[in-house]
Amino acid sequence: MTAASEAQARSDGGAEAAPAVGWRARFWRNEELRGLALISPTFLYALLLLLAPVLVIVAFSFWTQNYLEIDHTPTLANYREAWSDPLYRVLMFRSLAVSALVTLITLILAYPMAYFLSFHITRHKALWLFLITIPFWTSYLLRVFAWKIILGYNGAVNATLMELGVIEAPMEFLLYNVNSVLITLAHAWAPFAILPIFVSLEKIDRSLLEAATDLGDGPVMRFLRVTLPLSLPGIIAAALIVFIPTVGDYVTPRLVGGKDGLMISNMIQVQFGKANNWPLGAALAVSTMVIVTAASLCFVGVMRQLGSRFR
Amino acid sequence: MKLRPLTVYAVAYLAFLYVPVLFLPVFSFNDSSIVAFPLKGITTQWYSELWHNDTMLGALWNSIKVGGATAVISTILGICAARALTRYDFRGQRSMAALIMLPLVLPEIIVAVSLLVVLLQLGFSLSLVSVTLGHILMAVPFSIAVLTSSFEGFDRSLEEASLDLGEGPVATFFRVTLPIVAPGILSSLLITFTISLDEFIVAFFLSGTEPTLPVYIWSQLRFTARLPHVLALGSMLLLMSIILLSVAEVMRQRAARRAGTSPSGGLV
Repeated sequence: MTAASEAQARSDGGAEAAPAVGWRARFWRNEELRGLALISPTFLYALLLLLAPVLVIVAFSFWTQNYLEIDHTPTLANYREAWSDPLYRVLMFRSLAVSALVTLITLILAYPMAYFLSFHITRHKALWLFLITIPFWTSYLLRVFAWKIILGYNGAVNATLMELGVIEAPMEFLLYNVNSVLITLAHAWAPFAILPIFVSLEKIDRSLLEAATDLGDGPVMRFLRVTLPLSLPGIIAAALIVFIPTVGDYVTPRLVGGKDGLMISNMIQVQFGKANNWPLGAALAVSTMVIVTAASLCFVGVMRQLGSRFR
Repeated sequence: MKLRPLTVYAVAYLAFLYVPVLFLPVFSFNDSSIVAFPLKGITTQWYSELWHNDTMLGALWNSIKVGGATAVISTILGICAARALTRYDFRGQRSMAALIMLPLVLPEIIVAVSLLVVLLQLGFSLSLVSVTLGHILMAVPFSIAVLTSSFEGFDRSLEEASLDLGEGPVATFFRVTLPIVAPGILSSLLITFTISLDEFIVAFFLSGTEPTLPVYIWSQLRFTARLPHVLALGSMLLLMSIILLSVAEVMRQRAARRAGTSPSGGLV
């Protein structure tokens, strides 16, 4: 018996003799309680400042704004307005369509990059990863702003072409429409898609690829039958990481979207700001969350089905 | 050579990531208030004018205060959570972790709006404190991600040795655990500071009358005449972020090496 376990045994005996010490000793020896105690500050913070406020928003969506007062009688009127008014419908559909397209573009662009990183880079892998993650951490606002500078009415492309005498008046179709929102979002979210795909590619057991080659698969079939299905979890994660936040994006549509490129979050902001109709804004926000969650679950289900068919 | 086209693609992809952002610093030195090629000449006029702009300096100071508080508090919360998740098993662990990590995927506007409503309902006025509260929420998941890689490969027998030698759990944490994960903690501090420094949406909704740097930039975007100044300011913000992140990356790799895990891909 080691000295330490002897000491442990002694303290066990002592615990029974003195209950106050025993409670503390038992607490410190109980792994589960120690884990709970350790995570509780962080968990309580998230509970109080994230979950509780979101629940308050849900509650608000069932109330009514009476000028400066809030009428607490539960009603579905906000949802009826949010789901039937053509303006909100257009904004919601546009948000979903833009996000889905951005997700698709981002995934298609990111996959070869992630593949390259995982299969072709042997030296300086950390440096490559770092180069890709830098834009991921730098200011989102500035990345969007850069596109406004490039595409804008007085932006670099227009001003340069006018300076060189190629065009007489600025081309207006470059900025302030859905296309500019698409380009900007696909650029701003590019790095977010690479990392999850890269991680899932890294996890693939390379001997499986050798086995496929030995069994007569060419590079293309090997990719379609081994690599692609095995990287599916990464593709799903990347899609969700891009899709969910872009539906609620505020900066890009506001800066480069013009009137025709506005999305649902711009309307949510208006309701909480100028229009001062919190319950309606809350109903729009809750509807967005519900629709996004439902769309994501459907997507995950479909992808899982596809994945299982491969095996 | 099957490798070639993919290499070309990778380089082109990196260019696509970086070139649009490089327009900011390039035009910030251009001696013209119109953003266009060809460049008219080099000037530092826009930068020097910024230093005499008291509103901008105030916003910078606000951002540093918010960023500092966010970095310290979210890293402390991150240490607690990362340690609890890597070292212990307990009931409800996964759902607790899911709630804490939720801000990673939740649209920022939802976080911003719900905090706004609750704070105003409780009678708080909007200030830098409310921005900090929101930023902590957004930064904690990143802190946990960074710290988990240094806690994970951690050799537990070192702690057991310390306990066997008679140190209490608290002393063991400070004398054994903390020094080993110190680079990870520093990395977390720098990354959470950068996140706060660059964050716009939450700051935009919760900042009240005291703007942070991104909120100030947003307010200046309306004025075409102010564009060169915004470019100069944006370039400086970009440079600051890159320096902070580079130091954080060096620290993170050191932390991963100390913990004995592979240094690549730790941020994921």
